[in-house]
Amino acid sequence: MGTLIEEIFARKAGRPVQAGEILLLDVDYIMSHDNTTPLAIKAFRDIGKPIHDKNRIVIHFDHAYPAPNILAAENHKKIIEFVKEQGLPHLLHQGVCHQVMIEEGYITPGAIVIGADSHSNTYGAMGAFGTGLGSTEIGVAWITGKCWFKVPETIRVELSGRTQPGVYAKDVMIHIAGLLGMDGGTYRSVEFGGEYIDNLPMHERIIFPNMSTEIGAKCGLIAADDVTIEYLENETPAKGQGPFERIIPVKPRYERVLEVDVSVLAPQVSCHPDVDNVKPLTEIEGLEVHEVYIGTCTNARYEDIEIVANMLKGKKVNPLVRVIVTPASDRIYRKALTNGLIDILMDAGCTVTGSGCGACIGRHGGILAPGERALTTMNRNFIGRMGSPLSEIYLASPATAAATALTGKITDPRKTLELI
Amino acid sequence: MSKAWMFGENMNTDEIIPGRYNITIDPLELAKNVFCEVKPEYAKTARPGDVIVGGQNFGCGSSREHAPIAIKGSQAKCVIAPSFARIFFRNAINIGLPILECPEAAADIAEGDDIDINLSTGEIFNRTNGHRYQAQPLPDFVLKIADAGGIVNFLKTHDIQDLLA
Repeated sequence: MGTLIEEIFARKAGRPVQAGEILLLDVDYIMSHDNTTPLAIKAFRDIGKPIHDKNRIVIHFDHAYPAPNILAAENHKKIIEFVKEQGLPHLLHQGVCHQVMIEEGYITPGAIVIGADSHSNTYGAMGAFGTGLGSTEIGVAWITGKCWFKVPETIRVELSGRTQPGVYAKDVMIHIAGLLGMDGGTYRSVEFGGEYIDNLPMHERIIFPNMSTEIGAKCGLIAADDVTIEYLENETPAKGQGPFERIIPVKPRYERVLEVDVSVLAPQVSCHPDVDNVKPLTEIEGLEVHEVYIGTCTNARYEDIEIVANMLKGKKVNPLVRVIVTPASDRIYRKALTNGLIDILMDAGCTVTGSGCGACIGRHGGILAPGERALTTMNRNFIGRMGSPLSEIYLASPATAAATALTGKITDPRKTLELI
Repeated sequence: MSKAWMFGENMNTDEIIPGRYNITIDPLELAKNVFCEVKPEYAKTARPGDVIVGGQNFGCGSSREHAPIAIKGSQAKCVIAPSFARIFFRNAINIGLPILECPEAAADIAEGDDIDINLSTGEIFNRTNGHRYQAQPLPDFVLKIADAGGIVNFLKTHDIQDLLA
């Protein structure tokens, strides 16, 4: 009996658990990437004990890959040497870690997955517990196979209705971030559910747990259902590894319930410099931008790129704006290439790059100059995140990004789509 | 003297150490750029034993351990804040950076105040204005990690199960 997080933790603990308890749980996968793995290796070596189960360790190259400088290359070299030395089977360089974890079938309902990356919350979209930790704890978990967790209280976000045309899951999540605030979910599990979520395909569900990080949440969860199981069985190598359990809340006691009717929402934007500085797009329409970036673990899945390509087909983006499209994974890139979407984007004047996180963390591939403003499909708009501390980041849906790419000014996608 | 350096609410990991500097894990190298955009004078003039005083949700954002390591590398004695972001809290404890949750102290201390801290009791004394504050005690299992100087040291001599024993 309990909230979704209590039910998921109870399966692992083998007994009922309640918010407030401290548990030491076995973890199913331990994720890290090129930015955070070197410190995990240091912790591992300092402790000086053997790896518990190398099959549970997954390392990605995505944050500074391909290496933009010598120091990044040294990190990659160090990690490859470690992988070789320990005989680790899962070193991946095929896209943004969270997307790859999901599309390669590592994330299944009820799994406990920790990652040395704050957006590891993303795995909650599959009905799994995913949370971000620092590198040292990742090195510790390599050795122990375990991690301690305080069972969090839960905020239930109950979403009803259906979005209007031109309004997407990203707009809904940005609206929620505005309502709860950037520390509104701190130490909490944020459980997303209701009729709207039930009807949502997997690629849009992922946005909610992904951005639960931005409101401070320990995890963001969506209970596994037919959509989850069909995705696992049809789209990932986890096919046939089931049966997958559909863990659901049972007589839950929520700390707070937030009800939102999504049918009344217009496109939303998180404005510089905080994710909870949320405005309806119409209030800031016309604001000039210098870069449009469509990428990241939040919004660069195939369907996102398809929305953008459909809106840009046969048109040209504003030539004074750098429009960068970075598919979230190689698999997505390849599908977009096969289906002609990349041609459409390039014909429209977009720059299409290999998958990775570089622009989102201001490392490479889209850095902003002082005084510049970007509209992006990212999840985070901290000051200086994409480069100069004197630049600004606005967060929005892929459709808003496409509409803005055409004009060079923040533009309502419903106009481009001729809905209004 | 331990000088207080004041920082605002929701101090995020990019503000503590921007992503472009995270290419190294050397604490002293990271410390050269700690808070470089929000308070550049800190890295240049802070002295060992100084105290960071933040606002609510200190350390929000990325999971990057570079943030608490950069602060530890600057040889700050402690970070005091009304509340800490979840991952920053764990990271700080795990790497042995002392942190104290104390809304009263964070609200009352002013930039440059001389602060005396007893980390084992959580008592904070402001020598400048004579006020005393009591920080939230850390849970027992967290104290075990903190007392060992971090999780790495703890595991050198213990099993992970000993945390909750």
